[in-house]
Amino acid sequence: MYSELVMEHFTNPRNVGVIEDADGVGKIGNPMCGDVMEMFIKVKDDHIEDVKFRTFGCGAAIATSSIATEMIKGKSLDEAVNLSNKAVADALGGLPAQKMHCSNLAADAVRAAVDDYWSKQKNEK
Amino acid sequence: MSERSVIYLDHSATTAVDPRVVEAMLPYFGERYGNASSIHSLGREARQALDEARADVAGILNSSPDEIIFTSCGTESDNLAIRGVARLNRQRGDHIITSRVEHPAVSYTCEQREKQFGFEVTYVPVDEYGRVDPGDVERAITERTVLISIMYANNEVGTIEPISEIGEIARRHNIPFHSDAVQGAGSLSLDVRELNVDLLTLSGHKFYGPKGVGVLYVREGVGLLPIQTGGAHEQNRRAGTENVPYIVGLATALKLVEGRREKESRRLTLLRDRLIDGVLSSIPHCRLMGHPSERLANNANFIFEYVEGEAILLGLDMHGIAASSGSACATGSAEPSHVLLAMGVPHDVAHGSVRMTLGRENTEQDVDRVVEVLPGVVERLRAMSPLYAS
Repeated sequence: MYSELVMEHFTNPRNVGVIEDADGVGKIGNPMCGDVMEMFIKVKDDHIEDVKFRTFGCGAAIATSSIATEMIKGKSLDEAVNLSNKAVADALGGLPAQKMHCSNLAADAVRAAVDDYWSKQKNEK
Repeated sequence: MSERSVIYLDHSATTAVDPRVVEAMLPYFGERYGNASSIHSLGREARQALDEARADVAGILNSSPDEIIFTSCGTESDNLAIRGVARLNRQRGDHIITSRVEHPAVSYTCEQREKQFGFEVTYVPVDEYGRVDPGDVERAITERTVLISIMYANNEVGTIEPISEIGEIARRHNIPFHSDAVQGAGSLSLDVRELNVDLLTLSGHKFYGPKGVGVLYVREGVGLLPIQTGGAHEQNRRAGTENVPYIVGLATALKLVEGRREKESRRLTLLRDRLIDGVLSSIPHCRLMGHPSERLANNANFIFEYVEGEAILLGLDMHGIAASSGSACATGSAEPSHVLLAMGVPHDVAHGSVRMTLGRENTEQDVDRVVEVLPGVVERLRAMSPLYAS
């Protein structure tokens, strides 16, 4: 069912963890649905300097979170916020149809983290 | 048995066909391929094999051959029982009683009676162990009740239902009583007189027989309308040229498991308990689902908090261990197991379910290997879970 890349990210997920003094935090999903993703970002010069994630979910949920962190690290906030679920799924070599919603969650978690950073910035001004 | 590279713990899903069953089936593909309805010698030969298989199955069920219908699978048997009895009795009544933990072949079929044919269905609740209270069944009975269907043993959590008691109640009220016994064969008695059932479903591939063949026992005097028509087969109750090789396979498989039932049940119970003790003692925030004592000898269903079932299965799969889960992701549905939800397990926790069902080729080494590997799998997933406040 899962591609080699998905299994690789499931077995060796990148950037697992928490950033205590994160500049932005995105939390998506719902334990009732079986999917919760948390993304923590450190921002410098409007770029993602560091990112960490935690996920409660299936193999695809873990793999999409993991690869999403790789895809946004070092990128500008604008690039990160435009990360599409299709890009996430493609980067993993594709996902089974019933698992595509996991890639949505990963993209949404990134967006939520960046939005959180931006709203914090606005509040500080 | 073939060389295994996998520790297989999903026997409630399916089992490997016993080589002795394959051997018994083979002649009916090749030399003895006759249609059992044909007059000539090839036909009579097939008929004889069919009759013997039917007598064998009837004997194990403590019933008569006329009470045995061969079908294509457990699902068809459930469909025939429910649709067949409901339709025949439509004038008399439009109420069916079943439980909240049935296999979809029963529950969905009952739902369809409601949605399409105006039946009313009562789904009796279960307790935290998944057990039906016979009192609830009795209280649900009305003058319009035409069928009661309660499974013998639950496929997910292994809980054994009080079938004889429910059957006795059904008998007193003169209501046909069906039980899906798909998970019972090989570990529980199938004596239909002791069980007080009027209809009983069996499925070949759950007891080391082939997939594609099942049984519906129908007590003499209980009528039903066929759902598959166009032939007089199975006493005008199930049309279709008899699948002699598979029927022979099913009968052979059933004889084999029945022959070793008590010994194998004891062996599996020990293995199961070894697995349960090992898992519960080595992994925190974990519990066993299902009844502590009234449970199938081979079933161990756990809930691991803070992690998701499909991810656990993948982790186990990488170590060559095959199990199953009631999580939504594992079953490809939007909801976790309806059985766990009916038992009062909250949604988020129900996603962390893992079911392990042992079988004839499992050994102590298999169990020990699982107990060795599983804690690490769960720990790794907990370490990356936002729900696990370490």
